[in-house]
Amino acid sequence: MKIEETEKEIISEFEMFDDWLDRYNYLIEMGKSLHVIDAKNKSETNLIHGCQSRVWLHAEFVDGHIHFTADSDAVITRGIISLLIRVLSDRTPDEIIHAKLEFIDAIGLTQHLSPSRSNGLTSMIKQIKLYALAFKAKEQV
Amino acid sequence: MPLVQDIEKIRSDFPILSQQVYGKPLVYFDNAATTQKPTVVIDAISEYYREYNSNVHRGVHFLSNKASKAFEDVRVQVQQFINAKHVHEIIFTRGTTEAINLVASSYGRRFIGKDDEIIISEIEHHSNIVPWQMLCEQVGAKLRIIPALDDGTLDFEAYLKLLNQRTKFVSITHISNTLGTIVPVKDFIDAAHRWNIPVMLDGAQASAHTEIDVEVLGCDFYSFSGHKTFGPMGIGILYGREELLNAMPPYQGGGEMIQDVSFTKTTYNNLPFKFEAGTPNVGDVIGLGKAIAYIQQLGLPYIAEREKNLLDYLTKRLLETGNITIIGNAPEKTSVVSFLIDKIHPYDAGTIIDRFGVAVRTGNHCTQPVMDRYKLPGTIRASLAFYNTEEEIDILIAAIEKVKEMFY
Repeated sequence: MKIEETEKEIISEFEMFDDWLDRYNYLIEMGKSLHVIDAKNKSETNLIHGCQSRVWLHAEFVDGHIHFTADSDAVITRGIISLLIRVLSDRTPDEIIHAKLEFIDAIGLTQHLSPSRSNGLTSMIKQIKLYALAFKAKEQV
Repeated sequence: MPLVQDIEKIRSDFPILSQQVYGKPLVYFDNAATTQKPTVVIDAISEYYREYNSNVHRGVHFLSNKASKAFEDVRVQVQQFINAKHVHEIIFTRGTTEAINLVASSYGRRFIGKDDEIIISEIEHHSNIVPWQMLCEQVGAKLRIIPALDDGTLDFEAYLKLLNQRTKFVSITHISNTLGTIVPVKDFIDAAHRWNIPVMLDGAQASAHTEIDVEVLGCDFYSFSGHKTFGPMGIGILYGREELLNAMPPYQGGGEMIQDVSFTKTTYNNLPFKFEAGTPNVGDVIGLGKAIAYIQQLGLPYIAEREKNLLDYLTKRLLETGNITIIGNAPEKTSVVSFLIDKIHPYDAGTIIDRFGVAVRTGNHCTQPVMDRYKLPGTIRASLAFYNTEEEIDILIAAIEKVKEMFY
């Protein structure tokens, strides 16, 4: 499935809910069920700064694809991460670099995207894209 | 001034409060971050730009005279507001942060040297930590920290032990933005003065809630921000004792701070202009004047009583709700309540509370050492002003109930 297809799938899932409360409940459910990061990878170096909640992001490059695992101490943040991972994990660096991630706007998460120092989503996406750039550069060496 | 005011009338003075967010009435409980502005302030700024925008102290023309007079009138107003002895002891800055930086740079670099000690406290916000850390790095001085007790008060006994002949400066907060603690600053000042150590107070959280009398307090420097005092952003006050300000070198060069300039020597202007380089923020100074007048008209005793009632009601409702831990329980407290809903991350709670139209702050409130001290991931902070109501507190409580329902 392409990135855009996964995004469409998420958008239609969120369209089932009219109420913002239900959307948050859905995010909370996803947050609770996020496959947790390996304890050894929940390290200081994997901690993303600029988050009001703490976020750990770990990346592995296997057979040309980047596999992401992550965790956060806040449940809603974990829900958002699980969406990002669903869309962006196990993709090639190029796919990740060119991902427009329009689903974030479409499902009404834009308020989490404000360029604020307390906000994590921007930093998470930035970090994911940085990994993609780094692995791509490494691949070309 | 009657102590009972019409709350609806007061609220109508603040146009922003009547709006809706997410289709719900806005409940603004983030007053420690910034306060809302009454119409008189907004109108005064607009009137300045529409009718007499002009540079001050430079022209002989009508507009410049009018702007200069309005600007200097506010200086007198601030002098009276905090009961400073001289009007030239009032310096306009961009805010509390700049005022502290000014003192750290100017006083600090002249009078504080290697192995000297500067005392701050464990409950400072970053603006009263970082400028002193920077100074210490530059001159080789050391920072000493007054510890906080579990209830959020400062450990006075520990403070007394920190004072010694190497101590060259004390800078502490008047009121904590995270814990609400009102520090008994007079005791701290008196103790420092027994060692002839100057004391600066960070009044960022005090100016909107409590009477400030620098003569009674006896502090050597005091700072506060316009925007936390129902005035505009980008304007603040540094008060300094005349002798100290006179002994200090200028902080920045250029503009009104100069008397004579040649390429061989520049002589500096007198107080207060020595510390006001460049074109000042005239419109916002005028707005600040209106904000101070508004507060004085309402009366600080009225404000204090109203906010005490709101604080008591909020505290009572939170504790009744259950599963709530309040961080900061000093006996003397302003209307700031930091709390945690058990087992729920403040960010999760804040996200849901926001959707009820309630503006609370979540996170570390620019006081990371406070979070470290109490081992917290952050808190939810509701900070109230006199224009808030008991009904608004009920809305917050309802939002908290919903948070518990969603996360437990």
